[in-house]
Amino acid sequence: MSMIFGVPLAVLWGQLLIGIINGAFYALLSLGLAVIFGLLKIINFAHGAMYMLGAMCTVLLFDYLGINYWVALFLAPVLVGLVGVVIEYFLLRRIAGQDHIYSLLLTFGVALMLQGVLTNFFGVSGLRYSMPDTFQGGMNLGFMFLPYYRAWVIVVALLVCFGTWFMIEKTKLGSYLRAGTEDAQLMQGFGINVPLLVSLTYGFGVMLAAFAGVLAAPIYSVTPVMGSHILIVVFAVVVIGGMGSIGGAIITGVLMGVVEGLTKTFYPPASSAVIFLVMVVVLLIRPTGLFGKEA
Amino acid sequence: MSHGPDKEYEQLRVSGLHAFYGESHILHGIDMVVHRGELVTLLGRNGAGRTTTLKAIMNMVGRRTGSIMINGEETMSCAPHHIARLGVGYCPEHRGIFSSLNVQENLTLPPVVRSGGMSLEEIYTMFPNLYERRFSQGTKLSGGEQQMLAMARILRTGANMLLLDEITEGLAPVIVEKLGEVLTALKNKGLTIVLVEQNFHFAAPLADRHYVVEHGQIVEEIRADELSAKQSVLDSYLGV
Repeated sequence: MSMIFGVPLAVLWGQLLIGIINGAFYALLSLGLAVIFGLLKIINFAHGAMYMLGAMCTVLLFDYLGINYWVALFLAPVLVGLVGVVIEYFLLRRIAGQDHIYSLLLTFGVALMLQGVLTNFFGVSGLRYSMPDTFQGGMNLGFMFLPYYRAWVIVVALLVCFGTWFMIEKTKLGSYLRAGTEDAQLMQGFGINVPLLVSLTYGFGVMLAAFAGVLAAPIYSVTPVMGSHILIVVFAVVVIGGMGSIGGAIITGVLMGVVEGLTKTFYPPASSAVIFLVMVVVLLIRPTGLFGKEA
Repeated sequence: MSHGPDKEYEQLRVSGLHAFYGESHILHGIDMVVHRGELVTLLGRNGAGRTTTLKAIMNMVGRRTGSIMINGEETMSCAPHHIARLGVGYCPEHRGIFSSLNVQENLTLPPVVRSGGMSLEEIYTMFPNLYERRFSQGTKLSGGEQQMLAMARILRTGANMLLLDEITEGLAPVIVEKLGEVLTALKNKGLTIVLVEQNFHFAAPLADRHYVVEHGQIVEEIRADELSAKQSVLDSYLGV
């Protein structure tokens, strides 16, 4: 078997694939965080919980209503997105314009409550969600084995990321979002319903997280605390990419997944710390992040 | 001056307007009336409350009391995004050009609120520089071009009352002259304009009436034909 730096090539490819998959999740989640931070200027600590709700929702829709994966792929994000709109309308809106710390604590509290209540019902051992039949098996690429579902996750996650980027950077609706990020008051003075835009934006960011949750359901362990583990990494990703940068969040997400995967191959003990190491280095050299605007 | 719109029609009536930013009480009972097709200025020293008056009309200040009627409709309880839909176009002092949008995106950002606004072609004819630079980042324009953009942006929406805050500030004389031509053209089209202006020489030949603002109140109203007679009063208020 061919080796590279003492590592079998097949193992390297395998870890690289896992890295890209994790990266796709980081990208989807950090993208949602970036969108929300851009317009609402809040750091959404409930983002992990929304990801978890997306996955839980997928499992429960199947277990109780027999709703399959494909329907859940649309339904779960919409349902969780509505939860997001409710949170924005009844909670976040009341502390808009206050210090960041309030929204941070509030969203953190919401996340803890959701986790706590769901843990009470479902425990933390993980719910089972079987792989949709379409995705059973995989293909042999010659140098590695690629499970169909993993390929699907990468493709669809990147498509959604690109679609979101395109919508924000290239469309009329996106120009409202970008302008609102800069001066929401003036936007409202032009006759744009900014409170509605804010609700929908929060709902949309949350939908992205829930969508990632649905994608995760068949391959990761679905538990009420699954969001809190990934969220910390995602925050590091957002900081590395630069707060509020849409393209930066996507690229950095995938990149960090790959970096993590490679580290797992060459020096496994550092794999869970490497992203934070990168964060420290980036913050020292470029405090606004790789893609952030210079202040 | 004689043609077009009904000069008796009250497009804007502000009565007993008080405005507050947090604890600070900025406006102390502003009373003013602007008729359709009029160009009215708010003169006064810095900090007199002129900008705040415009912002209060837009519902952009903290707390307000009193009454603001636009086209005969009370707007004190209107959400800020409803004010624009009454046909009000607001050009802030800081111009408010968005750096994440290019010139054309900036130009087409404000939604059309009434019919009868200028088309993009008409706007580009009026401001050829904006056409040439339509794909540049909004804030990469020169100060004068940014001011043109900030003006042009609200002309597209069909707004028939413009609230313009210090549009000549910091601009070269040739740009100021161009802005004067634009305002004259807009006035001839029958638009109602409220102009907050530091540059009295710019405002004087354009305006029908002047309100002098001091300590958050209107202290003097001067019609264009009274200007020479009241020049000394005006000078004492403006401290020139």
